[in-house]
Amino acid sequence: MTLRILAVDDSLTMREMLRQTLTEAGFDVMLAEDGVDALHRLPDADPDLILTDLNMPKMDGFGLIDAVRKGDVAPRVPILVLTTESATSLKERARSAGATGWITKPFDEVSLVSTIRRVAAV
Amino acid sequence: MRATGSATDPNVRELVAFRTARQDFCVDILSVREIRGWSRPALLPHAPHYVQGVINLRGAVVPILDLARRLGLEPIEDTDRNVIIVAAIQNRIVGLLVEAVTDILTVPSSGVQPTPDLASETTRNMLRGVVVQDSRLIRLLDVGQLLPQDVEPAA
Amino acid sequence: MAGLIDLRDIFFVEADELLSALEEGLRAIQTGAHDTDTVNAVFRAVHSIKGGAGAFDLKALVGFAHRFETVLDALRAGKLQPEPALLGGLLHASDHLADMISAARQGNATDPEHDERVIAALEQHAGGGGSKEEEAFVFEPLALDGPFGIDAVRLPLPSGTRDVTLTFRPHAGAFASGHDPCLLLRDLCADDPAEVCLDQSALPDANSFDPGQSYLGWKVILQTERTDPQLLAIFEFIDGICDLTIASAAPPIPDVAASLPPPSSPPLAPVPSAPPIPANTAPAQTSAPPAAAVSPAAGTGPRPTIRVDIDRVDRLVDILGELVIHQAMLTEAIEQSPGFGSVEVDRSLDQLRQLSRQIQESVMAIRAQPVKPLFDRMHRIVREASMAAGKAARLVTEGEATEVDKTIIERLADPLTHMIRNAVDHGLEKPSRRTDLGKPSEGVIKLAAAHRSGRIVITVQDDGAGIDREKVRQIAIDKGLVAASAELTPQEIDALLFLPGFSTATEVSALSGRGVGMDVVRSEIAGLGGRVGITSVRGLGTTLTISLPLTLAVLDGMVFVAAGQTLVLPVSAIIETLRPEPGMRHSLGQADSVLDVRGRCMPLIDVGMALGFRRSLQPGEGEIVVVVERGDDGAIALMVDGIRDQRQVVIKGLEANYGQIPGIAAATVLGDGSVALILDPTDLAASGQSPSRPVSPLAAE
Repeated sequence: MTLRILAVDDSLTMREMLRQTLTEAGFDVMLAEDGVDALHRLPDADPDLILTDLNMPKMDGFGLIDAVRKGDVAPRVPILVLTTESATSLKERARSAGATGWITKPFDEVSLVSTIRRVAAV
Repeated sequence: MRATGSATDPNVRELVAFRTARQDFCVDILSVREIRGWSRPALLPHAPHYVQGVINLRGAVVPILDLARRLGLEPIEDTDRNVIIVAAIQNRIVGLLVEAVTDILTVPSSGVQPTPDLASETTRNMLRGVVVQDSRLIRLLDVGQLLPQDVEPAA
Repeated sequence: MAGLIDLRDIFFVEADELLSALEEGLRAIQTGAHDTDTVNAVFRAVHSIKGGAGAFDLKALVGFAHRFETVLDALRAGKLQPEPALLGGLLHASDHLADMISAARQGNATDPEHDERVIAALEQHAGGGGSKEEEAFVFEPLALDGPFGIDAVRLPLPSGTRDVTLTFRPHAGAFASGHDPCLLLRDLCADDPAEVCLDQSALPDANSFDPGQSYLGWKVILQTERTDPQLLAIFEFIDGICDLTIASAAPPIPDVAASLPPPSSPPLAPVPSAPPIPANTAPAQTSAPPAAAVSPAAGTGPRPTIRVDIDRVDRLVDILGELVIHQAMLTEAIEQSPGFGSVEVDRSLDQLRQLSRQIQESVMAIRAQPVKPLFDRMHRIVREASMAAGKAARLVTEGEATEVDKTIIERLADPLTHMIRNAVDHGLEKPSRRTDLGKPSEGVIKLAAAHRSGRIVITVQDDGAGIDREKVRQIAIDKGLVAASAELTPQEIDALLFLPGFSTATEVSALSGRGVGMDVVRSEIAGLGGRVGITSVRGLGTTLTISLPLTLAVLDGMVFVAAGQTLVLPVSAIIETLRPEPGMRHSLGQADSVLDVRGRCMPLIDVGMALGFRRSLQPGEGEIVVVVERGDDGAIALMVDGIRDQRQVVIKGLEANYGQIPGIAAATVLGDGSVALILDPTDLAASGQSPSRPVSPLAAE
């Protein structure tokens, strides 16, 4: 079975990039534009992993993680955050918010895929 | 297809010959899109006197020029037997109203002679030369000169 | 890569959107909106540009955006106040960012020194407040997310295996954060010989079992060449929410270590694949909080959109045009056939009409776009033009939501830019002069869009000096454009500005000079089937008005007859149709007459005569009057011979094969295949009122 990934980013460029990279790597990809959009899509998407940007309008990545963790749709789904900062404080914040791990942008396909494989499996 | 026929041999020209106002004219076949029967055009306001109006040519609105009037010749009779030569001039499509198409001529390039001096000034400007065929003097039109210079496309 | 959309293209399209969001937000802050949402949106725009630029390795852009973002971050955090000087710097940086992006799009780069000047100036404005407390952004293209600097130490490894003993016990929070110990153990053991022992000693009896708790631990004995940091890296994500110990039982002594048996320990059951029971079954349905945030309200989410190649839409528009023509032909054929009048046929025809209209509206809606992005671009033009001309100016926009066909919007950018520059350059006075005159030193350029009479009307209005008609007239005479003896009305003088080669600027301006005059604007607008008009009040300002068709495809037309010609009027312009009583008509002077419609007087024009199709009226002609709107809120009465019907007509341009005709907007093809001209009532009124026609460079004759 293919790993299903819900990728959340407000930037169309990033969404397209994620869609292409992840699709080529053999994953099933669903996209959302922000935290609110992601929450709406979550039940149908039923992802094995959520990949989310942090800085987004409407509901940011922290808000999304919190809502997923406290919700009843897939509270224990692995969530990786995408961040341009390598700052440890952001990682700490992500971890305490309930993120499973993080990926620093810009990323390459190899590190993206290997990080996904580290935290999610079908 | 005809276009390629003449294009392959640069020394030969194919010309569409026609009559209007009792004179013989011809145009290069490369500029002719089609020849069709006359249909009543819609009048254009504020148009030069030789612009008859516009017709619908498969969805495109095409102006019709009365060639006789354009050349300052006496006007031709308004009948259903007149034909329209649809020509591409620069980037525009224009219909030339004439009395009848008479022939398709194939002449060597050397067969086109300079316009004789006796032609009137108006006419001279619009001719590229003349072709003599079967003792007839056929005027080769410079279609690019037929459009009124003050009616430029907007673009 | 076939089938994949070019990511670069997407990035640049998105960057354009982000840039206008950035600029718009900065302008909002400038006018006092200093709320969190606005500042966040501005920050996010630069942030997203940085992110995208990083993906394409556009280093200069990333560096610039990062420093820009740092200042915005300080603004966001309240460490900086939106003082005018800072905002000026921010706007300048945003303009420069736009330049950098457009250079990058063409594969070029801006001058690095210039980049540096702009951003350094901004940082200057920001003072010290702009430095982020977090560590400086280090540009690392396509970096492997190597924790603990692992990548750096991976290569210089002394060969030789050693025995490592790890104990690992995830906390309950680890499962809550989506961690799966199985995956960690898998990565830990990887290709190395390993012994994994499950420690379930903490497991309580079934009664006191809490699925939300973690009871399992593992002990792993590994024969590996990997260093401790490498092994620890596997646990990077779970660090802090597990207990982890690592011990090298034997120091890496080659040969010896390898031959040693595993350190003695109680026989443990190897459980490489033992599922940690609580991990996946833990989400206890009973204990889950209500979590209103997650329950999705169906149907309220953002609607999905697709991006379609514009050629496909254009093709649809073409087909639609044919459909409308053939529908008219079919209707005409049926109406002349013996079967006409049957209810079924009638109903079907009606259905067909409605469907074709719905298709048309849907297709047009696809092509329609608000003018906002176009208007947004003009702010920068005003900023730059006023800076270059030493003037103070502000752009005010109105009606930004007005939707217009995409093609029209695209082709409006150049003429509009020119008009705006012109307004700043030639329209507005210098600040000192304005102060002398008692005007605010900052001039206002108002850019507005609205729908009127089925057309879109765009106005560019300045509150400057107005047209100096005496000067304009003199220049026109000097340049030989008009005779010295010519008697010109103020409107005719204003129209001189549109003559080719006319320029009122005594010195050639760096901005609106370059030999490009208003005549170019006029011909560009005319190419879109539009018109430009100018009005001016001395001392109060000048207004340029562009009137454009809404779409370039279809309109609702009233088909009528005048002087034996079948013609079409846009229904949207028609106010009413009437058969006037003799007493309603009054003559003014020799030729002009007005019609009194319930106390409202309006010019009365015979369409046939205005178009030059007849010189006088015969009995039975011109007896029906169609009252139509004129662009400036007035009305005119058009005399026609008869009204045929009302229907949709496909707009066919005359420009391509012929040229512009005064009073005529376009042509169409009727059901019988013949051509009918579509009237432009406003323009017709102008040509009808003065048959000699004032200066009008685009008139055919």
